[in-house]
Amino acid sequence: MAFRLKLVPEHTTINFFRWQAGTFGLSVLMVLVSIVLIVTMGLNFGIDFKGGTTIRTETTSAIDVAAYRAAVSPLNLGDITITEVFDPTFAADEHVAMIRIQAQSDAESATPEMVAAVEAAVQAVDPEVIFTSVESVGPKVSGELIQTALFAVLAANAAILFYIWLRFEWQYAVGAVAALVHDVVVTVGIFAALQLKFDLSIIAALLTILGYSINDTVVVFDRLRENLVKYKVMPLRDVMNISVNETLSRTVMTSGTTLVALITLLVLGGDVIRGFVFAMTWGVVVGTYSSVFVAKNVVLYLGVNREPKKPAPDPETEGFDAVP
Amino acid sequence: MLQISLWKRVLIVGVCVLGIAYAAPNMFYARVEAHNDALAAAASNGFETEEQAAARAGWPDWLPSGLVNLGLDLRGGAQLLAEVQLADVYKARMDALWPELRSVLADERATVGAVRRAPSDTGTLRVQIGEPTAMARALELAATLATPVVSLSGIGQNDLAISAEGDQIVITLSDAEKAATDSRTMQQSLEIIRRRVDEVGTREPTIQRQGSDRILIQVPGIGSAEELKALIGTTAQLAFHPVISRGSNANAIAGVGEVIYPSIEEKGLYYTLDSVPVVTGEELTDALPDFDQNGSPAVAFRFNPAGARKFGEYTGANIGKLFAIVLDEEVISAPIIQSHIPGGSGIITGNFTVESSTNLAVLLRAGALPAKMTFLEERTIGPELGQDSIDAGSLAAMVGMVLVVVFMVASYGIFGVFASIALYINMALIFGILSLIGGTLTLPGIAGIVLTIGMAVDANVLVFERIREELRSARGPARAIELGYEKAMSAIVDANITTFITAVILFLVGSGPVRGFAVTLTVGIATSVFTAIFVTRLMMVFWFERRRPKTITV
Repeated sequence: MAFRLKLVPEHTTINFFRWQAGTFGLSVLMVLVSIVLIVTMGLNFGIDFKGGTTIRTETTSAIDVAAYRAAVSPLNLGDITITEVFDPTFAADEHVAMIRIQAQSDAESATPEMVAAVEAAVQAVDPEVIFTSVESVGPKVSGELIQTALFAVLAANAAILFYIWLRFEWQYAVGAVAALVHDVVVTVGIFAALQLKFDLSIIAALLTILGYSINDTVVVFDRLRENLVKYKVMPLRDVMNISVNETLSRTVMTSGTTLVALITLLVLGGDVIRGFVFAMTWGVVVGTYSSVFVAKNVVLYLGVNREPKKPAPDPETEGFDAVP
Repeated sequence: MLQISLWKRVLIVGVCVLGIAYAAPNMFYARVEAHNDALAAAASNGFETEEQAAARAGWPDWLPSGLVNLGLDLRGGAQLLAEVQLADVYKARMDALWPELRSVLADERATVGAVRRAPSDTGTLRVQIGEPTAMARALELAATLATPVVSLSGIGQNDLAISAEGDQIVITLSDAEKAATDSRTMQQSLEIIRRRVDEVGTREPTIQRQGSDRILIQVPGIGSAEELKALIGTTAQLAFHPVISRGSNANAIAGVGEVIYPSIEEKGLYYTLDSVPVVTGEELTDALPDFDQNGSPAVAFRFNPAGARKFGEYTGANIGKLFAIVLDEEVISAPIIQSHIPGGSGIITGNFTVESSTNLAVLLRAGALPAKMTFLEERTIGPELGQDSIDAGSLAAMVGMVLVVVFMVASYGIFGVFASIALYINMALIFGILSLIGGTLTLPGIAGIVLTIGMAVDANVLVFERIREELRSARGPARAIELGYEKAMSAIVDANITTFITAVILFLVGSGPVRGFAVTLTVGIATSVFTAIFVTRLMMVFWFERRRPKTITV
């Protein structure tokens, strides 16, 4: 027999409900903590959502952030943050800083004069410096972007709720969406906790997490639906355990390959998309957890209608696997 | 058992080969791009330089040459989101209306009394009359200035909404006219911006209307958003010049106070013009496609009062002469002055078709931006940063792919090899489709592809795990493979449709890089399902038919 890497033994009978109080409780706790963090600490909104200007500078000599600040502050532009960016993908003589300036007017983006003044001030400190990107968003647009983003996340949840309801039962739909809300809230929570920059690309990441997490959840549900037909009298809780155990190998494999790809991107993909990739990596972990420990608990709590709707399927393909 | 009909095999292999063929140009990006640029330049110039011929030869003509567009964040360039101040136009219209109204009312001064413009909101004209009792007559007079709205929805409506408030006449544009004006203003602004941006000749600029009053402008390769603003802000120079003579000699020497401009419509025709224009585009308030008395297409235009006076005086004194309409030092057309044109509005006739009259009207209006623009969002990405992102992204994609392959082969043996080959075909299909539909690859898009690498194997994993289970219940290998596919199908379909739903929402609400990500993700979902269900299966069948194994280990 050829060698096979087996992350999960061939046959598992883990009782996923044994630590029900702990796992489901942990999820509820994480959601609550996240909400508290989001409310108390707030999110570090990027210019997409808050308005303002960011200028990315790049130079060959070491950056003196204090000197930059001293050069820019006489311009009276209000709140200015200057941070140096470090990244393993940078060359030894590649030094990058981000200058962020608050929005200057009520609607419009930055004026050319302001950008030119800031660039001149920084260039006076370091003549070698080049400006690799300048982005400016007016508060008028940023307000709309927040609305659009919220709408997108809500619409995605609603659409998934509807589709799962159509394909399964409403209890499954509620369970799936509970898992999704869990994933989104916990992901936004870690952005609040670590004060990472939250911009439009993070919303894209959130939606992708929704897609990934629902993918995982649906696979478990699909197996549950099948097993409910197979084991007609077994308690729902046990059928769920069998279903999760049967799909466990697949869950771990898929999360494994996806995480391998994402972690590679996290390390090698550069700092521009690091926040985006971080959100996705975190989301895949949380999403995998939630499809095993959140979605089915909600379904168990709600109960499932086990009266067969359709006539019994073809006996050739069904009922072969006896209960172990 | 385990049968795939011949036509299906041919179809599956055919799709894969096509995908690889369409993806191939992206492997030689610079060379194919040079080839395409040379072709485009040759097509627009009508000849080909030696350099262009060399560039064209760099990629065979018979191979597909579509490329994935690189988004601004990868190629570098600038993006602006501009908001057009539509209300500016209402104000201009009202300001232009006031002298007309005054002169109409002045003719009946005896009844309506002295008139005076009262302060009002922007876009509203309030006129106070001396004899409030004669308001009915004053409104009647004002109504003579209104004209029916020319639009599909506004049929039967006049362009002015006239009412009375005490001793004041209140005039605004009617809703139908506002809608028609707005759409004209947007069309004009888009047209001007497009002309301006095309002048610098960069590759694939995007100029899109967004919502009711916004324009998104993306220009790859431009140095900064400031440069782009300056470029758009420049107004087209429109002028009406007296024609002195015309001929075909481009190098004729212009006399003192004369200029020689080429004709746009007839190649090789040059006009000698008086260098001082009679009126300029700054004094034009509107131009519309129209028809003359004989029903031939024509262009109607309207000047502001100052322009109207100069225009009237000149046309009155020069009936039968040629009058050149010049845009950016080129003669658009040079009609004969048919009659004295008082009142500042007129009609340009000529050898127009409906299409060319519409174009000319747009060009005439395009002289100057019709309304002020404010910039709500601007982004500049330097080319170095874009290149860094491409390098980092492709490195991550390659390393990620190798790791996933190792992982799959270690877990599933020969079946892992099949899944890995399918993964490479999947990549080719994604790039092939993106090239075919002219999709744009952005930095989040690259992340989407890397994510697809991870997720693409999911469908395969579902099937393989299922086959393992079936094998455990001691079925023959062929039957196990068949059942594995059959039973995994519903999970694969449901899982991918839900992901697809989120991708569609992402596409609908997202813009720029996020939209690019949604496109890559959607294409990735489609191709990964295709490769998992059809390609891997076909490989398995080929392998199975050759080997006829008695037992298999997944």
